[in-house]
Amino acid sequence: MKINYCDALVIGGGLAGLRAAVAAQKKGLSTVVLSLVPVKRSHSAAAQGGMQASLGNSKMSDGDNEDLHFADTVKGSDWGCDQEVARMFVHTAPKAIRELASWGVPWTRVRAGTREAVINAKKTTITEDEDRHGLITSRDFGGTKKWRTCYTADATGHTMLFGVANEALRHDVDIRDRKEALSIIHEDGRCYGAVVRDLITGELEAYVAKGTCIATGGYGRVFKQTTNAVICEGTGQAIALETGIATLGNMEAVQFHPTPIVPSGILLTEGCRGDGGILRDVDGHRFMPDYEPEKKELASRDVVSRRMIEHIRNGKGVPSPYGYHVWLDISILGREHIEKNLRDVQEICQIFNGIDPADEGPKGWAPVLPMQHYSMGGIRTKPTGESQNLKGLFACGEAACWDMHGFNRLGGNSVSETVVAGMIIGNYFADFCLENDVTIPTATIQKFLDEQDKYLDEILSYNGSESIFKIKNRMKELMDEKVGIFRDGPHLEEAVEELKELLVKTKQITVKSKERAGNPELEEAYRVPKMLKVALCVAKGARDRTESRGAHYREDYLKRDDVNWLNRTLTSWPNSDALEPEITYEPLDIMKMEMPPAFRGYGAKGMIIENELSAKRQAQVDEITEKMQAEGKDRHEIQDALMPFELPMNYKERNERAGDK
Amino acid sequence: MSAQKGREITISVLKFNPRSKVSKPHFVDYKLEETPGMTLFIALNYIRENFDPDLSFDFVCRAGICGSCGMVVNGKPALACRTLIANYPEEKLTLMPMPAFELIKDLSVNTGKWMDKMSKRVESWIHSNEEVDISKMEERVDPDIADQTFELDRCIECGICVASCGTILMRPDFVGPVGLNRIARFEVDPHDNRTAEDFYELIGDDNGIFGCMSLMACEDHCPKHLPLQNKIAYLRRKLVSLR
Ligand SMILES: Cc1cc2nc3c(=O)[nH]c(=O)nc-3n(C[C@H](O)[C@H](O)[C@H](O)COP(=O)(O)OP(=O)(O)OC[C@H]3O[C@@H](n4cnc5c(N)ncnc54)[C@H](O)[C@@H]3O)c2cc1C
Ligand code: SF4
Ligand code: FES
Repeated sequence: MKINYCDALVIGGGLAGLRAAVAAQKKGLSTVVLSLVPVKRSHSAAAQGGMQASLGNSKMSDGDNEDLHFADTVKGSDWGCDQEVARMFVHTAPKAIRELASWGVPWTRVRAGTREAVINAKKTTITEDEDRHGLITSRDFGGTKKWRTCYTADATGHTMLFGVANEALRHDVDIRDRKEALSIIHEDGRCYGAVVRDLITGELEAYVAKGTCIATGGYGRVFKQTTNAVICEGTGQAIALETGIATLGNMEAVQFHPTPIVPSGILLTEGCRGDGGILRDVDGHRFMPDYEPEKKELASRDVVSRRMIEHIRNGKGVPSPYGYHVWLDISILGREHIEKNLRDVQEICQIFNGIDPADEGPKGWAPVLPMQHYSMGGIRTKPTGESQNLKGLFACGEAACWDMHGFNRLGGNSVSETVVAGMIIGNYFADFCLENDVTIPTATIQKFLDEQDKYLDEILSYNGSESIFKIKNRMKELMDEKVGIFRDGPHLEEAVEELKELLVKTKQITVKSKERAGNPELEEAYRVPKMLKVALCVAKGARDRTESRGAHYREDYLKRDDVNWLNRTLTSWPNSDALEPEITYEPLDIMKMEMPPAFRGYGAKGMIIENELSAKRQAQVDEITEKMQAEGKDRHEIQDALMPFELPMNYKERNERAGDK
Repeated sequence: MSAQKGREITISVLKFNPRSKVSKPHFVDYKLEETPGMTLFIALNYIRENFDPDLSFDFVCRAGICGSCGMVVNGKPALACRTLIANYPEEKLTLMPMPAFELIKDLSVNTGKWMDKMSKRVESWIHSNEEVDISKMEERVDPDIADQTFELDRCIECGICVASCGTILMRPDFVGPVGLNRIARFEVDPHDNRTAEDFYELIGDDNGIFGCMSLMACEDHCPKHLPLQNKIAYLRRKLVSLR
């Protein structure tokens, strides 16, 4: 068996992993990136809408800055985020986007002059100033005060990923694809790399490094209905969990999106409803006004998703071989509008469902259903990106709970997080690798390799009647049915119990082919138990969290409870034979917040159990702000007094803007 | 649930494991009932879960975005996740791995390895000597030039153009339509300082721009509808004028 040595090991080659790898390589470290697939095929490629950064270049984003981006992010998180991290993030985002521009990402640019736009379903004329011509432009997204989302037409993730991947090639980062990390090598609370399986030859190898950074993306595929790529199985979180030392944060925080198309789960952008598209039920009836008379289809993502499921539960769903759904009707916008403004949606409907959404009447209606979309939870880290418990293990991107999203992330903040975290955490990670050595004996490495080797043999020797595919499918159904958009105690309890049974059953299977290489069933057999552990963290975390916050919605506890639940769920798996994770909580300190908890600004009022410290801290914040304003201090100085934060490199420098006075 | 019964279709797949001493290339037929909206992604997963757990194929995004799933469907290379079975009235689909790439197993080929080599060969990154201060305003780019760069940047490295290419059969080192498109992309990007001479150094030979026989299949099959022939012709004119 092979041992590969390097300075810095990055597991995962999406936007986050590649950007972190560039940071390490630039500091002179030999850096290896591992990925299940060629890195340019990572899930990051699928992001369409864009990346948030407060450049403030275009008319509708004029006056934007870090403070507004920070406030939107904290509110969006339903006060579940780490505000220090959110500050680090918003301050670095403009730098990230400018760096990407210099790496060749062809951001859509401001064009001077007038153009038509549809705002609130009304035609509006926008005039861009001459002096902003050629700067990076931005579009509107949910939950942001300014138009802050920068984009490359409808393929933002693709262009970003290619830009960063090419930069990694330029710096000679050692990228190795079709390599899957199976377990983390560690000793005395310190991480030294991973045991890795070559997905072509089936060979096991050890990758030993001074530091290891997990950037393996989200865990959407533990759900059946999801917009995520098929490789988003959460095995990165699972191998961290299986150390028994590293913890996962807020795994129950899972975001759902209202309008992926059925059955493929490919996303039909929020723009459909933004432009005036409507939802219809089995009778062709437009039902949203019955539930949300004011905002109708344009209520927030989580609200619309919940109403759709509620209506289906009321017997008004459309039956199909893939379960019940409702219809999205955009034909009412007219063929011209669709062919000009919703070209992509039209193409998806045509290719995947054989429907032309511009056709009037039921013929053009697209089947949609809310589905899992984003994993807010992940490997819990400090603001530097290092695990709180396992030294030398870092995490960034969707795989991590760093934690700037709390219980709900805003659209456009995720691809932004990937590169920003890659810059910040990548640098802290590189510093760690520069300052620390590999001190683990070869015998210990061999022990970890042997363990995985024995495990694969064990799987091939199982002789039971269960099917690993059936177990996996049952898990996915269960997560949709009982740990989905609506949650309550009894169902979550049932889910936890059945997931435990499924975990036991993963040892009662038979893998037909006994080949070590090119054996997809064997791969399922070792991945599914990992996925079940991740699913158990989600289900148990949700069961125990008796409140509603952000995307976590409990029908038996409708209020956000800042008295008892202003904390982060931490799950760990200290006993490898156990059937469920252990849960502890990490409190959020209101008295250190720059923005103490308050009303989110949407949804019903009065749904918060308030913490008395919120008012106390708010008074403090107001007092400091007033005093410093009177002294003529600027917003940066005031911010620093309220909640100081640090950044590596020169990232703390102020961001220049076209609108600067 | 809908009671309507779909038609019975046959998916015929070339199976072969080049790493096994006993495996020989052979076709296996799987029969299944078509469901509405069924793509090859859905069908192949159904086959793996119900008939043949040993069948290898590659999907990632299953949405026509990532370029993982190129294979030869009834004689033509296509993205399998975008292939709707309803579009095949003949009720039988024959699937083979894409030629020109190293075979991993069954329908799975190593496009990643090929594309990596191509990317390094054409130095598929921005060449610039400027140190950019990212705290300062970004360089301005004309919106039309940004759009043009974007249009060429949309290539997903799926390899379908390569699998469609006649030149590749004769010249295994041909950089392929995808590589030439890359050059065209950096040629329009104002951030890249490379000159026509620099590009000539990279592709000014028969394994590069002068190898193309203009058979057009690359452009016909490209799922992103990139203007490959147009761009190749443009580059050839530009580079020919240098010597
Ligand atoms: C349809 C869709 C649209 C979206 N649109 C937007 C948008 O407009 N704006 C926005 O901000 N966000 C968007 N998002 C979210 C955003 O795309 C993702 O959160 C982000 O790209 C995640 O990047 P990442 O680098 O963390 O992980 P990924 O890109 O998922 O990369 C994970 C990497 O890890 C590797 N890997 C996984 N497991 C292992 C293992 N065990 N061993 C080795 N390697 C492994 C994979 O091969 C891959 O290279 C969208 C998401 C979806 C689903
Ligand atoms: S040019 Fe078209 S066919 Fe060729 S790799 Fe790119 S997207 Fe695929
Ligand atoms: S799976 Fe991504 S293009 Fe087909």
